[in-house]
Amino acid sequence: MAGSTANTQTVTRQDLAEAVYREIGLSRSESSTLVESVIDHIGDSLEKGEHVKLAGFGTFSLRDKSERIGRNPKTGEEVPITPRRVLVFKPSQVLRERVDSALSTKS
Amino acid sequence: MLRSELIDTLHAENQHLTRRDMERLVAVVLETITQTLEAGARVELRGFGAFSVRERKARAGRNPRTGETVQVPSKHVPFFRTGKELRHRIDAASKK
Repeated sequence: MAGSTANTQTVTRQDLAEAVYREIGLSRSESSTLVESVIDHIGDSLEKGEHVKLAGFGTFSLRDKSERIGRNPKTGEEVPITPRRVLVFKPSQVLRERVDSALSTKS
Repeated sequence: MLRSELIDTLHAENQHLTRRDMERLVAVVLETITQTLEAGARVELRGFGAFSVRERKARAGRNPRTGETVQVPSKHVPFFRTGKELRHRIDAASKK
C-alpha cells in the first residue's frame, strides 16, 4: 500500500488517491474526491476547535498560546508575539514504533 | 472528532457507498502515510500540512531513579508541520 512512488519521493494527494483507487476499486475521480473529503473534514473539525483523534495513527490537538516576548533575530529588537491557537500532532505509539523500527538500526 | 465519527461523516455524504468502504478509505489514507514515513519519505498535503521523519540523535540520558548515566540510542520520530493555510484558518477561527 506504500504507493507507486519510489521510496525517496514525496507523496501527495494524488498518490493517496491512487492508493484508494487500487485498494478499494472506486473510480479514479471518486477516489481523489474522497481523499480530499477526508483531509477537508479533519481541517474543518480543527477549525471548529475540536481535537481529532485517529486511533492507530495519532492525535491532532490545538494549543492556545498566550502572548510572549520574541526577538527579531536580525535586529535584536523585542517584539510581542500575539496570543494564538496552534495545531500540534502527536503520533500514536503504534505509528512511532513502526517508523522507528523501520528506520533505526537497533543493536 | 474520533476516527469513527470521521467515517460516519464520510458515509453520510456518500450513501451510495458502504460504511465499510469509508472505513477502508480512511485506513488506506492513514496506512499509505504510515508506509511512506517507514520508507523515510515525506507526505505533503498542500494547505493542510506535511508529515516527515525527524532523527533524534543518540544522547547520554540519566535514569531518574538511580541517577545512573545510560546511553539513549538515536531514534526516528514522525513529525507534522502544519500548512500555512490551515494554520491561518485555525488561528483566525479561534479569534472570532
